[in-house]
Amino acid sequence: MVELTKENFEAEVLKAEGLVMVDFWSQKCEPCKALMPSIHELAEKYSDKAKFCSLDTTGNKRLAISQKVLGLPTIAFYKNGEKIAELVKDFTIEDVEAKLNELA
Amino acid sequence: MSEIYDLIIVGGGPAGLSAGVYGSRSRLKTAILQKGKPGGQAATTQDLENYPGFSRGTTGPALMEAMADHAQSFGTEIIREEVVDLELDGEVKVLNGKSGKEYLAKTVILAPGAEPRSLNIKGERALRGKGVSYCATCDADFFEELDVVVVGNGDAAVEEAMYLTKFAETVTIIVIHDEGVLDCNKASAELAFANPKIKWIWNSVLTEIKGDGLVESVMIKNIKTGEITEMETNGVFFFVGTVPKTEILKGKVELNEQGYIITNELMETSVPGVYAAGDARMKYLRQVITAASDGAIAAVAAEKYLAEEEGFKERVLTSQEPVLVAFWAPQVEASIEAVSLLEKKVAEAEGKVKLVKIDTYRNQRVAKRYGITEIPSVVVFKQGEAMGKFIGPLNEKDLMDKINSL
Repeated sequence: MVELTKENFEAEVLKAEGLVMVDFWSQKCEPCKALMPSIHELAEKYSDKAKFCSLDTTGNKRLAISQKVLGLPTIAFYKNGEKIAELVKDFTIEDVEAKLNELA
Repeated sequence: MSEIYDLIIVGGGPAGLSAGVYGSRSRLKTAILQKGKPGGQAATTQDLENYPGFSRGTTGPALMEAMADHAQSFGTEIIREEVVDLELDGEVKVLNGKSGKEYLAKTVILAPGAEPRSLNIKGERALRGKGVSYCATCDADFFEELDVVVVGNGDAAVEEAMYLTKFAETVTIIVIHDEGVLDCNKASAELAFANPKIKWIWNSVLTEIKGDGLVESVMIKNIKTGEITEMETNGVFFFVGTVPKTEILKGKVELNEQGYIITNELMETSVPGVYAAGDARMKYLRQVITAASDGAIAAVAAEKYLAEEEGFKERVLTSQEPVLVAFWAPQVEASIEAVSLLEKKVAEAEGKVKLVKIDTYRNQRVAKRYGITEIPSVVVFKQGEAMGKFIGPLNEKDLMDKINSL
């Protein structure tokens, strides 16, 4: 998992080729933390299909808002720099995996 | 074949965790099936100041983590699993997880909890996570220096609005009641009225949330005048009550019209061996303390059920000799007479037949299962099967004929 910041977001996500998944989370978001171990498992399982990144929105609030993320948990999928799909709030790890299979 | 748990708890909020503490401490083989991290709604409540013994400064996540550790310290297994289907009617209950695994249990406590209610107003669904939120702790820090609206005026609405003022520039609470009237507790109301960042709009409801990609404004309707005004805002937080997460329980246990699980004082549902606890239960007060209380009662009731069922199985159903099961009650004179007659006759039979007495005042379940509606009654068992039934005062001759025929 690549840890994103406002410094590397553009290079790692917007200028990256292929499928990129970004897990927007924060320390205060319990549902995000509940998902995290399973997200890491998915990152291992699909390492050849997509690039997996996480963004701690604490301290990167403006960046999150610029990506139209204003609620957690949110998982966004980018392809060649464009956001092509998003899971917001009530989703399960199975939904994330299904989305990955659909997009990869 | 999978191992059989004594007790499986569905849901790891305060009700489920408390049931876990009581169940595993009674040496029941106990597991909690929980979709994500334990803690339920309480884990998304930052300030939790009304759990006795834990005063100001206590947070929901910290208290829930302590409860989970506590349950695990006595041996409760907390398994990450979402239950998608259940078969509750048999002696062994079957729970199917989303992972494809199957779990077996002798007793089940249903503690699925509740989730925030949505009003389904225009724009609410589309802008979820785009400024529309039901979880202040999850999303509050996005709104630093921004303006937000809170819909609702109960405890959760007013307390979460106060939490939001730590981040947002202004928090406008939209209240359906007349000026000054709030449904929340008095202590929170006083604090909120004194908070300079909180603004109030009375006699009003939200009719629409507007925005292209992110929330930009809301339409507010005054219910007295009917006038609708638009107000710019960056976020909308809804705290308008909760709905039970009992969708998968429809047709499995008795629910009320709103979907809450109906139980008695022992937390027993309509299905023997199946209990319910916490916010998903039909009850008066939904708080962490009452959820924990439900969990404790349900676990103790489940433990007693197991002891009674296993006792009955051991003494009656798997007995080598035929067994006369006498259903009696200490307050029914005729049943005491019947019991003493039975004791005499069984002693005369010298070990060819056994007597088991069931006090129906304390154990109604077994009586109900064998259709006992009158006290005294006797059911004759041979190799686990009910072979005959005597209802009402005993006829000595009929009884002796039956004993001799066995």
